[in-house]
Amino acid sequence: MNDAPLAVVLAENWNYLVVITLMMSGLFIVISRSNLVKKLVGLSIFQTSVFLFYISVGKVAGGTAPIITGDPDTLYSNPLPHVLILTAIVVGVATTALGLALVLRVYAAFGSIEEDEVLAMKAEDGFPLLRRAAGREDGE
Amino acid sequence: MTQVITPLMSSETGILIGLLAPLLVGLVTPLLAVRSLWRDAAGPLGAVVTFVAALHVAGAVLAGETPRLVLLEFADGLRFEFAVTPLGAVFGLVASGLWIAAGLFSVGYMRGNHEKHQTRFAAFYAVAVHAALAIAWSGNLLVLFVFYEILTFSTFPLVTHKESKAARDAGRLYMSILVGTSVVLLLPAVIYVWVKTGTLDFVPGGILAGYVAPEVVPWLLACFAFGTGKAALMPFHRWLPAAMVAPTPVSALLHAVAVVKAGVFTMLTVIVYVFGIDFLAESSGSDWLVWLASFTILASSFVAISKDDLKARLAYSTISQLSYIVLGAAIATSIAAQGAALHIVMHAAGKITLFFCAGAIYVRAHLTKISELDGQGREMPLVFIAFFLGALSIIGIPPLGGSWSKFYLMLGAMERDLVLVLAVLGLSSLLNIYYLLEPVQRAFFRPKTRQVEVTSQPLTVIPPVATAILSVLLFFFVDQIDALAKLVAG
Amino acid sequence: MSIYTLFNNLPALLVVVPLLLSPIATLIPSGRLAWVIALLGTGVSVIAAMLLCSVTASGIRITYFLGNWPPPWGIEFVVDGATSLTAMVMATLAFLATLFAGRALAAEIAAKDVGKAYAAWLLACGGLYGLVMTADAFNLFVFLEISALASVILIALGAGQDRRALIAAYNYLVIGAVGATFYVIGVGFIYAVTGSLNMADLAQRIPDVEAGSIIYVGFGFMVAGMLVKAAVFPVHIWLPAAYSYAPAAVSTLLAAIATKAAIYVLARIIFTVFGGVPEVTALALEWVVVPLSIAGIFLGTIMAIYERDLKKMLAFSSIAQIGYITLGMGIATGAGIAAGFIHIGNHALIKGGLFMAVGGIFLATGARVSVDSMAGIGRKMPVTAAAFLICGLSLIGLPLTAGFISKLYLVRALLDNDNLLIVGLVLASSALSVVYLWKIVEVMWVRSARVDAMEISERPALYIPLWLVAISNIWLGLDAGWLVGAAEAAAASLLGAGG
Repeated sequence: MNDAPLAVVLAENWNYLVVITLMMSGLFIVISRSNLVKKLVGLSIFQTSVFLFYISVGKVAGGTAPIITGDPDTLYSNPLPHVLILTAIVVGVATTALGLALVLRVYAAFGSIEEDEVLAMKAEDGFPLLRRAAGREDGE
Repeated sequence: MTQVITPLMSSETGILIGLLAPLLVGLVTPLLAVRSLWRDAAGPLGAVVTFVAALHVAGAVLAGETPRLVLLEFADGLRFEFAVTPLGAVFGLVASGLWIAAGLFSVGYMRGNHEKHQTRFAAFYAVAVHAALAIAWSGNLLVLFVFYEILTFSTFPLVTHKESKAARDAGRLYMSILVGTSVVLLLPAVIYVWVKTGTLDFVPGGILAGYVAPEVVPWLLACFAFGTGKAALMPFHRWLPAAMVAPTPVSALLHAVAVVKAGVFTMLTVIVYVFGIDFLAESSGSDWLVWLASFTILASSFVAISKDDLKARLAYSTISQLSYIVLGAAIATSIAAQGAALHIVMHAAGKITLFFCAGAIYVRAHLTKISELDGQGREMPLVFIAFFLGALSIIGIPPLGGSWSKFYLMLGAMERDLVLVLAVLGLSSLLNIYYLLEPVQRAFFRPKTRQVEVTSQPLTVIPPVATAILSVLLFFFVDQIDALAKLVAG
Repeated sequence: MSIYTLFNNLPALLVVVPLLLSPIATLIPSGRLAWVIALLGTGVSVIAAMLLCSVTASGIRITYFLGNWPPPWGIEFVVDGATSLTAMVMATLAFLATLFAGRALAAEIAAKDVGKAYAAWLLACGGLYGLVMTADAFNLFVFLEISALASVILIALGAGQDRRALIAAYNYLVIGAVGATFYVIGVGFIYAVTGSLNMADLAQRIPDVEAGSIIYVGFGFMVAGMLVKAAVFPVHIWLPAAYSYAPAAVSTLLAAIATKAAIYVLARIIFTVFGGVPEVTALALEWVVVPLSIAGIFLGTIMAIYERDLKKMLAFSSIAQIGYITLGMGIATGAGIAAGFIHIGNHALIKGGLFMAVGGIFLATGARVSVDSMAGIGRKMPVTAAAFLICGLSLIGLPLTAGFISKLYLVRALLDNDNLLIVGLVLASSALSVVYLWKIVEVMWVRSARVDAMEISERPALYIPLWLVAISNIWLGLDAGWLVGAAEAAAASLLGAGG
């Protein structure tokens, strides 16, 4: 395949191009954004790109959906990556849900969801359960 | 002495008792704290028991045995064992014997000074002695290293005893030099020996010959020499003067005897039983150490002269004297090694006397500076006479014990044609005379410049007098110890 | 079900029991009862891990097909010397941490949440055990995320004391998810060229793959993902905040077992899965793992020296200690890997104990523990402080403690390879670790307590587990034979399975 011109190689592997584009944009959002919700959006995009990667890898050229047709010559696509990704989607959803729940709590405790603002705030405890009046001092 | 004690116990029990007695004292002291008399009696009593055990073990060594006690196996054939070499027997005798005097002295000192936390002090003091004995009798390099570290850690509470800022700073310096050098240099050297030879046992004649290339020897020796920070070889000597913030009993037993002698003992042991004198002489891997030790001897003598604080002067004198022992090991002849082993004993007896005197002067008259001592000789004649005898022994003037070891060291240097070393030893003796006899001269021959109230504290006077007499006796009754020292060199 | 079937299903039991008990714990309103259930779950795991250890000690390699589906179709659990040792260390420490949590967790979080906290606790434990047991590359990802999400919840519980716990949890979630996704990408590449997910199967197929560059890429992604999870420098950034703002009991649990599982997986990937292509792994070990480990050792130690907050200091020290483990693994000789495994066990004991002690001090004083607030603690809380000292000396590597054995074997492995420079660096950093630890010791005993400091009492429920850990630190320092033997067997089985 190395003999083919670059454009043709890229066109033949367009699915990977999509995956890479999504992956890089997702990762970039996670790293560069300060807004906690946007970070989660980036994380979702990043994970979704991986799902796409698995699914497109599982596709066998000319193969049909992996449902038994009865014809022994049928070419099937590989079902395993799809099943794996079902699991991964569940994990991804759980991650996003937990992340959003945390963002809610962050907002309740700090009044902001901008990471740099939140990090700049002092130690001041959220809801101290165990505080003694005398002799306490802040960690920093 | 062998014949008397042998029926009482086997040499194995001797080791066990000698090690357990101080440890037990350390553990029991907090329980005895309800009565200060019980607590204070525990130390000297334990010391006597330990000394008897050490005598017995030394007797067995003289009879040609190697008393041995295997406790458990670490892993991979590394045994946690004690096996007493002649050198170990000597060091064990010194540490336990002088503990009797130091134990008494520390009671007098701590009481007379109304120090706080006397229980903690007594407990860690005994644990430190335990560690020193365990070093003396260790059966291989690993056990030696283990107790070397324990000795460092157990003396930390003693050094910082006053809990003042100065004590804390000194404690930091103490820990960082001793732990730092041992971890960074000594430990890898030990493991290197283990990897190369597959054993860490002490074998007469050494274990390294044939396993280590001669060009590696100086480097390995450097790791040992500098890794043993307790030997106070320059430039890693700063911890010793710093440790003088500790109460004087600590400076006396630990920083003139147990800790520093543990350092030079490690050096001697490593050179005699790990490198082997012959191997070292062949590869001339220790030539550099001869010159470094000589340098340390002279340099610290000059620093000592400049110190007005009595304990600081004694500390620098100790650094200088320790290098005599390192020098003896580095010369790498059997006579020099014998001299080094003897010097462990002689210097210990002499220097502990000097520290006892410094402590007695402090407790009784609250004087710490040499310039304040003018004319105080008449107030405290016994103390200053003891000081005089101790100083003479360290200078090496007959009829005091110290003359023997210097004599052998010089013989050793002659044997290797090290004329310059002879000159160093001579010059150092002159300097010794100057800076050690100055306090005595001031006390007796200068008019009194200040009036101080001198209290009577018999427990601080008896020990220095006793050890001063010991220094004299060591000149006349040296044969048994000399026989042990001869065994060291094989 | 006879004893025999019970015994046969041990590998699954170890993982499944905590996972199954977790939903039960959610339903229980009483925090005390939930704690008992958590004790039960972790206790069963300890027994299962011990039995597994006794089986693998005789050199047997246990394979277990989940749901009786044989590989390469089904998911397989494999237990060899390395697995059982790691599982054993983790299960024991998790049990001790649970013991400690009984009092500690209840004091730090609202009563109604305690049951749910234990649910997350059990999930985290079960997930981490699964991570170690599984021999299926994708299943590993699932366990990775189970444990990660549960840990995030546990860390976020610290918000009851300090709201910064929320941010710490969030960052752990995001960074951990990115790491896990990296791992999945790597698995995808490897699956694409081999068509298998079973580790043993992969190990056989990878050397035959033609497209070598894909192996490199897949390996790189997998290793990068696990490095994040193992908190190897410089992808450790989630760790200090997560450990220091989590509740005391959670810090103990995570510090003792969480990164250990990831390091184990890392070793599995490098030495078993990719054992057949040493040219690929050597590249990563020599140019990535070893340099990063050394950098981590130094920077972790230096950060710890300058840190005043105790929990953060311990967290930074963890980064350095993780560096020791990965360094041992990184030199890739049998002795080196064994040294790594020895330190996995010993560091779990050391850090578990230290976090417990700091937790105990925190609960007694009610304030975040910093170097300054420790003044005089040695006299006020002698029992806790003494245990802290023992674990601390073990961290420094004082002889007769577990930490010394670690250092001894690590240095020996390095000297075996004539890595004199690395030996020097390792020992220099370990001497530096004395600085931060001794600072605390000095403050605890030498400096006197503040005059206005309140009366402080110590609770047996907190210091008994702590002392169990402290005593183990000494015991393993005296009698290291078992651990050393097991670690050497673990190294042999890791290398053997790949060769």
